[in-house]
Formats: sequence, structure tokens, C-alpha cells
Amino acid sequence: MLVNPVKRAYLALESWFNISFGTEWNPLYHLGTLSFFLFWVILVSGIYLFIPFDGSLSGAYQSVEYITHEQWYVAGVMRSLHRYASDAVVVTVLLHMFKEFASGRYRGFRWFSWVTGVPTLWLIITLGITGYWLVWDELAQYVAIGSARLMDAIPLLSGAMTRNFVAGQMTDRFFILIEFLHLLGQPLILFFLLWIHVKRLSGVSINPPRGLAGGTFIALLALSLAKPAVSHGPADLASMPFTLNIDWFYLNVYPLVDYWTEGQTWVLTTSVTFLLMIMPWLPPAKSSPIAVVDLDNCNGCGLCFNDCPFDAITVQARTDGARFEHEVVVDPDLCGACGICAGSCPASNPFRSSKSTLKTGIDMPQLSVDKLRTRTKQAVMEMSGATKILIFGCEHGLDTGLFDDAGTRSIRLICSGMLPPTLVEFALKKGADGVLVSGCRHNDCYFRFGNQWTRLRFSGERNPILRARADRERVRVQGAAETDKGDIQRSLEKFREELGRLNQADKSADADKDEKMADEYHH
Amino acid sequence: MNITTNKWVRYLLQAINYTVFMALVWYFSAAPSIRILADDQAAITIAFAHAGDLREPCRKLSSEELAELAVNMRQLEDCPRERSPVLIQASLGGEFIYDVSLDPPGLFEDGGVDVYFSKRIPAGKHQFEIRMDDSVREQGFNHSFSSEFDVAPGRIILVSFDSERGFSAR
Repeated sequence: MLVNPVKRAYLALESWFNISFGTEWNPLYHLGTLSFFLFWVILVSGIYLFIPFDGSLSGAYQSVEYITHEQWYVAGVMRSLHRYASDAVVVTVLLHMFKEFASGRYRGFRWFSWVTGVPTLWLIITLGITGYWLVWDELAQYVAIGSARLMDAIPLLSGAMTRNFVAGQMTDRFFILIEFLHLLGQPLILFFLLWIHVKRLSGVSINPPRGLAGGTFIALLALSLAKPAVSHGPADLASMPFTLNIDWFYLNVYPLVDYWTEGQTWVLTTSVTFLLMIMPWLPPAKSSPIAVVDLDNCNGCGLCFNDCPFDAITVQARTDGARFEHEVVVDPDLCGACGICAGSCPASNPFRSSKSTLKTGIDMPQLSVDKLRTRTKQAVMEMSGATKILIFGCEHGLDTGLFDDAGTRSIRLICSGMLPPTLVEFALKKGADGVLVSGCRHNDCYFRFGNQWTRLRFSGERNPILRARADRERVRVQGAAETDKGDIQRSLEKFREELGRLNQADKSADADKDEKMADEYHH
Repeated sequence: MNITTNKWVRYLLQAINYTVFMALVWYFSAAPSIRILADDQAAITIAFAHAGDLREPCRKLSSEELAELAVNMRQLEDCPRERSPVLIQASLGGEFIYDVSLDPPGLFEDGGVDVYFSKRIPAGKHQFEIRMDDSVREQGFNHSFSSEFDVAPGRIILVSFDSERGFSAR
């Protein structure tokens, strides 16, 4: 199977982290929450640093020197944590963007999260830039002049900013304006943008697993102690520094201002921004039919509302005069067409209306629950051999059709979360010896919660549950990406062996039962 | 994909991953360094704000013209707002380093211009000349200045202009 090389590289990194961290702590599955955690580190260390920091132009540098050298054991460590957590957040945010890009999770209905993420990245960068000003060392001077030159190149602005940075012109007022921006203005706008960024998602978590947060913090602390952040010499507007150790995470644009014109630098940065903004439509994603509610079969229970990963379903008062209190409504702009709602609907029960078309409360036109039931029946009938395994595979994970043979059949789902647990029970009852559900890798569902809900439903922790009459030993759930064919192959072979033993045991039990019944009859 | 490696092996692998991540963060937070000036370089900066002369002089209004105006609008002179463009030429050792004509900003072209120019130069002695034409009503450059300076490596010579004192360099 052909896998996009970018995605293949990303999956290889993800596999390595799964080996190192396990699927629960894999940082690539928590890049958003890890970024939030780093923001908290930046915020807390920043609040501490604000106490000894002198906000005047003449006192800023000395106060930062005091923070760094005199009180190195607390304030110095806080400064380093502030610096390194800020740098780390650029890495996690860029990886977050790369991940969404590599896995194709930035187009279609996801355009909103992608597009709102771009100005968020800009704001993070500019927040870091104003932070570098406050040290008021040679690097701050370089950054200040570079920023002023860029601002002066914007046609509608007055063009007078750079003149602030010649000897004798810089004032406390301008410096305090930058402090205000860094300490209050930019952080508030950033938190507002982050809120907008996740607005179309449900069940948003902003905390990474404790183990990952703890490990990251220990690593940052160790780096802060081993390599404390230090300043350059004090700013002197009557001279220029010879060399500067610049922070490439934040200040990478400034060397360009030196070698190009300000206009060229703006053309590059605005072009990259524009390109990032229009990426979700390059080309536009094919839109899939969204979930459709059938009020005749919906009792307004709200399970689909609970399970929808994109907040696309709302519960409202009944409009059709039926005896139920509520009904659900799908917002077409928010629906990701994942089908998780169909999997959660209690009416998606294949044992209902077995002679006619199976109608459920909420369904996917492109792959209805009725169609799934028909395919399940057909797949079980087609299989032969000692052990028959039916695979329900998510179309965003490994192509499970690769395993089709006499004793194995695969049915593709839009998402593993769209599988009603009763359909697994149905497959076993119709003659399958085992059912394997293969969604995306654990904790990395294309539709956020599909594989998580499947596990919880099968373990009886989330409605609708897999009923006790389905033999749990005959059901497996295993996530797999496109590059995990070998893993699934091995699991399938092991599963087949176990099913063979179970079949043997069942046959022995049946034989014993028959013998016992015959004995009872003769006596 | 479930990985069941030994707990301590996993911790060791995590430590390696964290170390690589932090090494990356540490390195790019302050490296590679960039060269701003060579060891034998200095810089010259020309920076000031200046409004060019009015394009046309103020004209005294006749008593008839004044009589036609409302009482609260009567001013003795009518001064057109438009200002002259500002032409600046600067040379170092006889070679032009800055030659620019700046139009007055604003809808009525009545604003002052902001001048900012900075250039790296070799440290040492230089003959510097600057001249400015800020009036369309006068022929040629009406402000000029020349100076010989000795600039140390890393220092910035700042050239500024003040309407009362003219050009200066320090």
C-alpha cells in the first residue's frame, strides 16, 4: 500500500515514541495539551520574574542581571524555565501543525481549527519577540531596531519608529508600552485565540497526562540548571554588537532584515502565512454526506450528543409531537461525517426488524447501519475454514482488506466508533468465530474519540455497551496505522490460534453435554 | 499499537528522548550565532525628522478679501499647506552612500518626513559630507555639513538635523 512519505516519516517517529513512552504518554498524541502545559510553565515563571524585574529603561538590564546571577537559585532558574519553555512551545506547536498536515487533519470541516491556528502561531512568535526586548541587552537592541524597521516598512504607518532607537532618543514610555504588550496584551489575546482555536471541538482537554507533564518539567528544570539562560552585554544605542547568539525559534526573521530589504522580508512572511491559511483548500477536500437524523427512530436519548467529537449535535425540544421530550439536530457546518453518532445510537441494533430495512435514529447515508448489517451477514456467509474472523477496519487506519482470505473477511468503516456494539454480537451469532476491530492507533483517532469510545463500549464503561452475551474472548480491538501491517498480521495469527482453542473447548463442552444428556436419557 | 517494554527500559528511552529534545531547544535558543559587524567595522546612522519648507509663501490678504470672510475666519495671511519634498545626499570619502528624495506625507502633502538610514562602514578616519534641499523656492541645497571623524570599531556615528542648529554628527 502506498503511504505518503511525509506521513510515513511521521508514523515512524510516532512508533519510536510509542516504544519509549507507551501510547498513553506519547508526546505526539498530546502536542496540543503539552503546549498548554508549557504555557502554564511560562505563565507561572513569568509572574515570578515580574516581581524583581525593573520596568524602567535604565534599570531593566541590571534587574535581569540580578535575576540571573544574584538570585540564580530561584529567579535565575525561573528565567531559564521561562526561556526554554517558550522555545519548547514553538517546537510542540510546529509539530502539532506538522502532525495535522501529515495525517490530513486540516481540510474539510477541520478548516476552522487550522486557519485559527495560524494567527495563534504568529502571536506566540511576537510574544517571544517582545519578551526579548525586556532584557534590554544587545540582543534586545538588535531585535528592537529590526522590528522597528519592519514596522516602518508598512505603508500606512508613520515610518518614524526606527528613530526611537538612536542614541538619546529611546524613552521609558516606549519601553513600558512593550512591557504592557508582553505582560498583558499579547497573553490575553493569545488565550482568546486558543479558545477560538478549540471552539469547534467537544471534550477538549488542556492537560497532558501527568507522567508526560512531569517528565517535560524535569527535563526543562535539568536544562535550566545545566545551561542557565544569560543576557548579552547591556544595550548601547551608540554602538553595534559584533556577534549575537540569537534565539532561532523566535528571532529567525531578523537576519533576513539585515540581508534583504524590509519589503522582501514582509513578502516572504506574509506569503508563508497566506499559504498556510489557504492550505485547507489546496485542493478542497471532497465533502462527505453528513449524519441524518430520523425522528421516527430517535427517542432523544442524547447518546450521540455525548459522543460527537465535533460538537455538531445539539439536543432540543421535540418538534414532531412524538411522546419523547427531546430530539437531536445535526449542524451541517460542524459535522465531520465520522458516523460515531450512528455507532452510539441504541436504535442501531441489527437484531431489530430483521426482515426489513434497519432504520436507526441517526445514520450515515454513505454507509448506513442497515448496509453494515447486510455486509456483515454476507461476509460471515462467505467465510469457510476452521476459524472465521470478521474484521471491522477503519478507513483512516490500516487497509484491513489486505488480510481477506477464506477464513477472514474485512468490512471498512468510516471510523471504528461507528460500529454499534450489537453488530459485533450479531456477527458472532451469525457464525463468525471472532471479531477484530481495527481503528486508528490508540490515542490517535482520526476523528478524535472513535477508538476510545469503542474500547469503552466494549468494556462496558460507556453506552451503548457490548452486551454480556457476546463472548469477550472472541472480540479484539487493536489500533493500526497504514504502516502497521506486520503488527496486525501477528495479532491475527495469535487470535486465530486462540479462537481455535476456544472452538475446541466449546466442542468438547458440547460433546460432554451431549454425553451427559444421553446418560440421563438411558438411566 | 500496544508496547509492553520493561518499565525501566522505557524510562531510560524517555530520558534519551527528553535529552535530545532539550539539547535541540538549548542549541537553537542561542546558536548558531550571527555576525552583525566584522571586527574592523563601525556604522553610520542618519536619523532625524524634518518638515520641508512650504511650497508657496504665505500671502497677505487684502482688506476686500478679509471683508468677504466670516468674522471668526479672518486671518491676515493665507498659508498654503503643501510642503516641499526633501532631497538628501550624503557621501563618505567622496562616494555617495545616501541619495534620496522624500515626498511630504499626508493627504495634503503637509507632513514632515522621517529620515532613517544606517550603513556599516570600515572603522577609522572618514571624510563625511551631507547636504539637504528642503525648499522648492530656493535654488540648490540650502543645508550642508561636512566633518572628518575617526570611528572606533563597533561604534555608531549618528548624524542628525535640527532646524535651528543644522546638521551635527556625534
